[in-house]
Amino acid sequence: MDYRSLGLKVGIEIHQQLSTGKLFCDCQCDFSDDHHKEIVRRLRPTQSELGEIDRAALEESERKMHFRYQTVPYSCLVEADEEPPHDANRRAIEASLEMSALMGMKAVDEVHFMRKIVIDGSNTGGFQRTALVSTRGSILVGDKRIGISTLCLEEDAARKLTEHGSEVTYRLDRLGIPLIEIATDPDMATPEEAKYVAERIGALLRATKKVRRGIGTIREDLNISISGGARVEVKGAQELRLIPVYVEEEAKRQLALLDAKRILRERGAKPMSLDIKDISPLFRETRCKVLKGALEEKGRVLAVKLRKFAGTLGSTENGVKRLGPELAAHARVAGVKGLFHSDELPGYGVTMTEVEDTQSALGAEPEDAFVMVADSVDKAMAALSRVVDRANAAIGGVPEETRDPLPDGHSVYSRPLPGKDRMYPETDVKPILVNETVLESIKLNLPELPEEKVSRFVEEFGISKEQADSLVKSGYEDEFELLAGSFGNSQVVARIYLNTFPELEKIGLNPSSLNLDVVKDVLTNLKAGAFAKEAIPDILTSVLQNGYSVERATETLGVEKVDLDSVRAVCDRVVRAKEKFIRDRGQESLGPIMGLVMKELRGKVDGKVISEILRERIKLLLT
Amino acid sequence: MKYSGFVGEMLERAKAELGDVIEARRGGEVYVGILMPHHDFSSESIITLKLPNGYNIGIRADEKSRIKVVSKREERERKKQVLPYDPAKKDIAVISTGGTIASYVDYRTGAVHPAISAEDLVFSVPELLDLANVRAKVLYSILSENMKVTHWQGLARAVAEELNSGAVGVIVPHGTDTMGFTSAALAFMLRNLTGPVICVGAQRSSDRPSSDAIMNLLAATRLCVESDLGEVVVLMHGESSDSYTLAHRGTKVRKMHSSRRDAFKSVNSEPIAKVEGPQIEFLSEHASRSKGPVELKDKIDGRASMLHFYPGFEADHFDLIANHVKGMVVAGTGLGHVSEEILGSVSRAVDKGVYVYVTTQCLYGAVNLNVYSTGRDMVTAGAVPLGDMLPETAYVKLMWAMGQTNDPEEVRKLMLTNIAGEFTTRRFV
Repeated sequence: MDYRSLGLKVGIEIHQQLSTGKLFCDCQCDFSDDHHKEIVRRLRPTQSELGEIDRAALEESERKMHFRYQTVPYSCLVEADEEPPHDANRRAIEASLEMSALMGMKAVDEVHFMRKIVIDGSNTGGFQRTALVSTRGSILVGDKRIGISTLCLEEDAARKLTEHGSEVTYRLDRLGIPLIEIATDPDMATPEEAKYVAERIGALLRATKKVRRGIGTIREDLNISISGGARVEVKGAQELRLIPVYVEEEAKRQLALLDAKRILRERGAKPMSLDIKDISPLFRETRCKVLKGALEEKGRVLAVKLRKFAGTLGSTENGVKRLGPELAAHARVAGVKGLFHSDELPGYGVTMTEVEDTQSALGAEPEDAFVMVADSVDKAMAALSRVVDRANAAIGGVPEETRDPLPDGHSVYSRPLPGKDRMYPETDVKPILVNETVLESIKLNLPELPEEKVSRFVEEFGISKEQADSLVKSGYEDEFELLAGSFGNSQVVARIYLNTFPELEKIGLNPSSLNLDVVKDVLTNLKAGAFAKEAIPDILTSVLQNGYSVERATETLGVEKVDLDSVRAVCDRVVRAKEKFIRDRGQESLGPIMGLVMKELRGKVDGKVISEILRERIKLLLT
Repeated sequence: MKYSGFVGEMLERAKAELGDVIEARRGGEVYVGILMPHHDFSSESIITLKLPNGYNIGIRADEKSRIKVVSKREERERKKQVLPYDPAKKDIAVISTGGTIASYVDYRTGAVHPAISAEDLVFSVPELLDLANVRAKVLYSILSENMKVTHWQGLARAVAEELNSGAVGVIVPHGTDTMGFTSAALAFMLRNLTGPVICVGAQRSSDRPSSDAIMNLLAATRLCVESDLGEVVVLMHGESSDSYTLAHRGTKVRKMHSSRRDAFKSVNSEPIAKVEGPQIEFLSEHASRSKGPVELKDKIDGRASMLHFYPGFEADHFDLIANHVKGMVVAGTGLGHVSEEILGSVSRAVDKGVYVYVTTQCLYGAVNLNVYSTGRDMVTAGAVPLGDMLPETAYVKLMWAMGQTNDPEEVRKLMLTNIAGEFTTRRFV
């Protein structure tokens, strides 16, 4: 795709957890696998000064959610919204000032915390505490300068565990961990640029050594738009490698919506009022399991006609989805499981006759589409009301909204972009004066920059510049430095992070969940000669797949140490069997013979050792 | 909340007022935003601005700073709302006294203001109107720590008036800090109740989506409309969850936590009722609605004091206070004891005609001055034990009793009579 002619604009918001302790209380930041007590609460949108209620807030409360908060043994009353916040964590403030300095930002003179209304239950108070720490900086990525508009310090939300019907369960262990939020200007023009910027900011954050590491400790929100489209926020992407995919897919989605808009405009589509019809009688004998099931549960089949929408709901010829999934996502907000639309029917057990009957019941012309929902009357009505609202919005093109990223690189509608004015001062927290002396000392003690680290790695550990660069970008530079420093063998360590980890990812495993101790065990055992370095990928695979310790994985893989005598014996046997071949080819036979021996010994013995022994044996035979 | 000193003068010279959009320039730095009030704990040289992105920041102002007003504050008016009336529904009265529950936040400044009108208060919980017609009145707009005995009198009168003119119950939104004192005062001042009088508070302000105010107000409304209760109660969350509320007898309730939603506990008795969603469950005996009219006994004599005894309490201090009051409630240690030194003070006070009543600072359990010699000596000195009455309730009751009569014997008789459930004779295992 030619992103420049599309007018692609991307801005990133990066949220990075700090390792400085919680922001407003003194609780541990560790995640807990089990919980202690439970608290059940509701949140309710509050009126603004003018009696207005926020769009997004209202939508959340429509779902009539209640929230189950699981405390962990080290949760406190601050986290349970039962005690005012303590003073803001000094070390977290300093970490954000340090990061500001690294991006040449201007810090405010006094930091004021605000309450940002969030009523999806992720904060027990119904708001997130957040403060603007600095503004107006920039970073250099390649030779492009990317503006950094703001750096905020805020508290992380509670960890969402499950959602069943109207109940969402959260655990309080994550709530209140300090987050640095960095917002760039919308300066990125290609999906790849978005990734590079995220990598660079990630590397700078890690350089401070005040950030938490591992899955979920850094999250990206992507603000994406194309010309004629709208700002859409894909919120909470966690995997760096998926960033360009999200950007690309969102650009495609907006294009498809603009295409649908063009068709609708050409046909003269007009915003529709809500006209819901109960068409349950048409499906009394239906073979469609979904509809039949709903009718048996005393539900109804309700439908609306979407004037002029035929053909805009299903996928394009290139398989790019259009309005169908958008309408379905909005319907789901009202609590129904899904919907059927005319572009996908007949299908799912709905016959052509039933489609035609529906069309005539709705008075649908060939250019019209329809949507039907089967559920309790209340839910189905609410769902179709949302469907018509969303369809009407489609005539205008791309609506601004927040979307949830999916693991396959697509995203799904989650809620409207939150309104702007839902922030007011957190009067329970004292303002923090940004002391000139603190600022000076931060500036004098800035950490090693990523590029400085690359040069040092090359010099200190003898790895190539490319390797060092990749390590710093990968986020495993600290692990590498620690392990290469204590075990030597920097090539092996670098290869684990730069080659083995991506390979493991490719087969669907999650190597970032391996903690440092596992890799340490691998290196300890390797050094002790328990196996050869070739066995490392298999061992890590087994650790990840079976949850084994390194020792257990080694045993079960049968890669235990083979002594040199048996290596010699295998070599002798193969050399004897292939004597003629060796005499014909001379020293050149080493390669093919090596292959045969490796087949038997791979992973058990270092290839280097084998090739030395073989070379010696072949030489002996030839003389 | 106001700017003072150098910054204050600078803003005044620039004619910049709170709410104006101003430009603050210092060297090469320029910030444009709405001028916000000065935070109490903000440094004196700092101006607080609300930036267009909604964030407040503090910026330093000094001799080099230049302030310019970009645009004046926009006056935005709140819509005046009228309470609806449905003849099919019963009337309840909401008499607001102030506190967290009856306050709203000015989202522009973050300042918490008391609700200006009762309509504001009711419309912040519009669900109330589904259950009843609401007669709303803002009687006071004060933090509960500023309550005085005269406020209790005014409140008792207003409550009696509402009940005697057809309200089936009265809800009193109140600051939580001294809500237990007020509920006790109302319990003594109002006799022959035709409906419940429910003091309701909030531990989380109503600007927060997590506020407990809404649930408490709704439960109180249900209790007014759907029960036969004829007592003064305090109704608050029963636990940290938004699951149920508990109605506690006005004379047996105490705020036992500085911040939790379930801060209020019945002490030495069971709560009267539990309200869970639409369900009302009575948990202990209670007085039912009378046929009326409500009797008002609002005379009160404020010349009393409450003393918390502690090791090292000096007799001088006791004597000093005793010289200025007509009656004292002592919260003694354990079963109700004070030191030998204070024993002398008690004796001197009683001799001068000061009433001395004894409660326990343990709160749970009753006083008993028969067990140890100190106790026996206190009784000999003229101190009167008050069973398991809470010290705060005893203090309120003493002032009320002194307001009813000048006869020491009558005061003593009133103090020892169980008037509003302030005594329990049995405390369950």
